[in-house]
Amino acid sequence: MTTRSVIGAGVCGLAVAAELAMRGAKVQIFDPAGPPGPHGCSWWAGGMLAPWCEYENAEEPVLRLGQQAIGWWAERTAVTKAGTLVVASKRDLPDLRRFSRRTEGCTEAGREEIAALEPDLHGFGRGLFFAEEAHLDPRKALQDLFRGLQEKGVEFHKTFAPQGLDNVIDCRGLAAREYLYDLRGVKGEMLVIRAPDVQITRPVRLLHPRIPLYIVPRGDGVYMLGATTIESEDSSRITARSMLELLSAAYALNPAFGEAEVLETGVDLRPAFPDNLPRIRRLGKTIYANGLYRHGYLLAPAVARGVADLALNNTHSEMVDEDRA
Amino acid sequence: MRSFYGTELPNPLMLGTAQYPSPAILEEAFRTSGAGVATVSLRREGAGGAGQTFWQMIQDLGVHILPNTAGCHTVKEAVTTAQMAREVFGTDWIKLELIGHTDSLQPDVFQLVEAARILTDDGFKVFPYTTDDLIVGERLLEAGCEVLMPWGAPIGSGRGLNNEYALRAMRAEFPDTPLVVDAGIGLPSHAAHAMELGYDAVLLNTAVARAGDPVLMAKAMMQAAEAGRLAHEADPIEARDMAEASTPVIGKAFL
Repeated sequence: MTTRSVIGAGVCGLAVAAELAMRGAKVQIFDPAGPPGPHGCSWWAGGMLAPWCEYENAEEPVLRLGQQAIGWWAERTAVTKAGTLVVASKRDLPDLRRFSRRTEGCTEAGREEIAALEPDLHGFGRGLFFAEEAHLDPRKALQDLFRGLQEKGVEFHKTFAPQGLDNVIDCRGLAAREYLYDLRGVKGEMLVIRAPDVQITRPVRLLHPRIPLYIVPRGDGVYMLGATTIESEDSSRITARSMLELLSAAYALNPAFGEAEVLETGVDLRPAFPDNLPRIRRLGKTIYANGLYRHGYLLAPAVARGVADLALNNTHSEMVDEDRA
Repeated sequence: MRSFYGTELPNPLMLGTAQYPSPAILEEAFRTSGAGVATVSLRREGAGGAGQTFWQMIQDLGVHILPNTAGCHTVKEAVTTAQMAREVFGTDWIKLELIGHTDSLQPDVFQLVEAARILTDDGFKVFPYTTDDLIVGERLLEAGCEVLMPWGAPIGSGRGLNNEYALRAMRAEFPDTPLVVDAGIGLPSHAAHAMELGYDAVLLNTAVARAGDPVLMAKAMMQAAEAGRLAHEADPIEARDMAEASTPVIGKAFL
């Protein structure tokens, strides 16, 4: 039986391995950095499964392919389907109108609806509610995927993949850029804070003309606050400006966030192609799956299916842009 | 046509490069519209060559690069950013932006004049983002600027030309200086309006980048700016209070 070797144990690699294993393929995974952890950019993600909201600033495939995500993840990890609430301060209401025009699947929420959904949001009279959206805890999702794979007998090697392997699927994100000429890194910064006094139960997006931000509850009063999107390939540290903007957004949602403890700051580079859509490319004996950009958890299921279709059935999904086997 | 520091631009549209849904759409917006100048924010995209891939994409557009000092609040920051931009992009053009007020992003014209002097002395060709104040304009020219870029309305507001009278006065006061309406343009009609006043170009970003279809909007902006320029060159008629029949009625045969 042919063994498929997945390189990279981030969200893309693990999702690809899970899909291949589910379809009965023999799979092994290589990642010299070890099991999922802070070395991979999907560790720092928000974990929103929000194809309708993301469509505001993304191309159509994100909306369509992203809708596969909720069901796929729900079979493998805990997914909370509580929708997304989008709010804007009074002065930014034009942005809320634009957001509703540019997206699908939302209902308008007035002061009472907002108060009913999230009593701890203060001072927002207008919002949009995307009832069908969901979220997950990315770190837990990675660990659950990883454990599930091990239970299925998928071998994990904490080493570089040996040279000359056949049937390789390279899911290394930006580390694969020397083989993917049009891949770039897009800086993202985030914070994890603990604010036990604030009860927010679903992802909330705060619109702002320059810095749209979101907060995702992680349970036990812990919140992920993200994320900047900067055309820079410097992943050294979060800047003071970004931290200020992220914290100001939280403060605007509820001033009690001012008392929060800052647990973590995170910075990493999202791998992206010029249209910010993912690609599957077969070059020789290697299939590259990459460029998930802001949509790691949202698009990994579709990418995984596309890779499995190509590797196992030789069928080409729309994400395959080059096949030189 | 007035030249910008000796450079003739192919058309009157200058586009920013921030906030597009993707670099691919940005590129398409430039190609479809044919805009001849791209402004780039160095400060936001990080120092030390960190934004290299993105910058390379902008340079590959093959248009004139106009780096800016967006986000700078002090003379020192602006000067440092300009010097960095010269290194990175190999151009002595700089769009000088010195923000004085967080909510309106209104330029701090006092620091602007000071920074303009330092930068022109250092060999830069400065494109200052300024208000429509005539005296400030004069001071900027004294400082060595050969282009003025007054606002139409606050950055990103899309309100069009807030003070047409002041922009007209500026055109009349500086007949030989290339003038660009920078900021506030939300619709093609605003761009046409600025060009009809005799401005030499319009510079905009948000109106295109945040439109539902940036490529279509870039094209619309270009056509409007071109139309406005042609209209200005054609010497439009004066508005009047009463009708003036376009067909003479006197001497018409009675049947």
